[in-house]
Amino acid sequence: MEVESSSPEETEAVAAEIAAGLEPGDVVTVAGELGAGKTTFVRGAARALGVTEPITSPTYAIGNRYAGRVPVSHLDLYRLAEFEEADWADLEPYFEAAVAFVEWPEAGEAWLPPPTVSVRLRHRGAEHRLILVQERNKSLEIGLS
Amino acid sequence: MILGLETSCDETAAALVTRDGEVRASVVASQAELHARYGGVVPEVASRRHLELVEPVVREALGQADARLEEVEAVAVTRGPGLIGALLVGVSAAKALAWSRRLPLAPVDHLHGHVAALYLRPEPLDPPFLALLATGGHTLLLDVQDRSGYRVVGRTRDDAAGEAFDKGARLLGLGYPGGAALDRLAREGDPEAYRFPVARVPGLDFSFSGLKTALVYTVRELEPDELERRRADLAASYQRAIVRALVERTRAAAEELGAERVAVVGGVAANSELRASLPDATLAPLALCTDNAAMIASAARYVALVPFPDYLGLDAYATAA
Repeated sequence: MEVESSSPEETEAVAAEIAAGLEPGDVVTVAGELGAGKTTFVRGAARALGVTEPITSPTYAIGNRYAGRVPVSHLDLYRLAEFEEADWADLEPYFEAAVAFVEWPEAGEAWLPPPTVSVRLRHRGAEHRLILVQERNKSLEIGLS
Repeated sequence: MILGLETSCDETAAALVTRDGEVRASVVASQAELHARYGGVVPEVASRRHLELVEPVVREALGQADARLEEVEAVAVTRGPGLIGALLVGVSAAKALAWSRRLPLAPVDHLHGHVAALYLRPEPLDPPFLALLATGGHTLLLDVQDRSGYRVVGRTRDDAAGEAFDKGARLLGLGYPGGAALDRLAREGDPEAYRFPVARVPGLDFSFSGLKTALVYTVRELEPDELERRRADLAASYQRAIVRALVERTRAAAEELGAERVAVVGGVAANSELRASLPDATLAPLALCTDNAAMIASAARYVALVPFPDYLGLDAYATAA
């Protein structure tokens, strides 16, 4: 599925639609270049899952965890040049009983659980983004208008 | 004497601080040293690296202070926020050290630690003051009324200021993390060459994500040779936008709170333009601005100690409330 977004608010709304069908154990990878809106996307999804705290970039911490209606994990593998078994041991707790969003998933592809949904964001000018959504393990019945 | 441990992110650190705030030793095993030691790539996130280093840094701190474990009265440790696995290494080591000597344990909030760097000798700062805490992971304005804590009055809604510097540096081909390299390059450029947006968000919050995106687009539209010629101008203009946002909001917060003193803590306090733009601000020594354990031991002096052995069930936490 492909959706055009013309603002961060629209990107958040698309994410919220997708989040509505997610449950603990689900993994959403969010790929895209710097500034493509990955954290914006996760913010929209986390809000829809009941998280009220500020959703900030996890680049430094690598992982943040939030309490919403369900636990929400927000991971970012940007700083990891390589991903090994020891890294997975560190990140595994973030996938337990939570909906996990993973930015820059490329480095961890061999170790991460298979994603329920893969999202890719593409630049289409300063404000516009193309959002590509691929559901892999379940049908979310996403009702995007 | 208080033994402090810090393992919340990349650094494995131990320090010894006296009850009146003298740093007897502060040891930080940084990523850079480790790369040199192993002569190659090490997994960045792995807690096993903290696990390997935590005992050596404690030994080195004791050695530097010419002290023995018997002289330690309490063990302080960062409880969060940070990466859970990394935090647990420090928390477990602290529990073991404290338990073996029947000492009390002080669980410390990492952000409180950054502020508590200001309470160390030789020039401890007395509250009240307004603190700008700017690191790679956090950007906050804190109203500090006493040494036991702080109240958040502003925060970033997306990227941290240090992250904006580091990601900007990468976009300009300066490597990652390259906040310091960007600062150096900016000195050769014209800070008014490009107009990067200073995000307008309500209240005393910050936003640096749009600025990063603006740099992405500006860099994209330049031919490679043009980009090479304008790199210093881009660095200077980009830095100007970040610093302007930090300074404007800090001044607005100081006015709103009636704060007479402003302090800057966290790694971004090393930025030369920020220092020049807030000439009256109190700055912690640079070695105490980036992650370290002396600040954690310092904060422990102002939090409730958990008596032996009540801390054995103590957990770490991942995200700041």
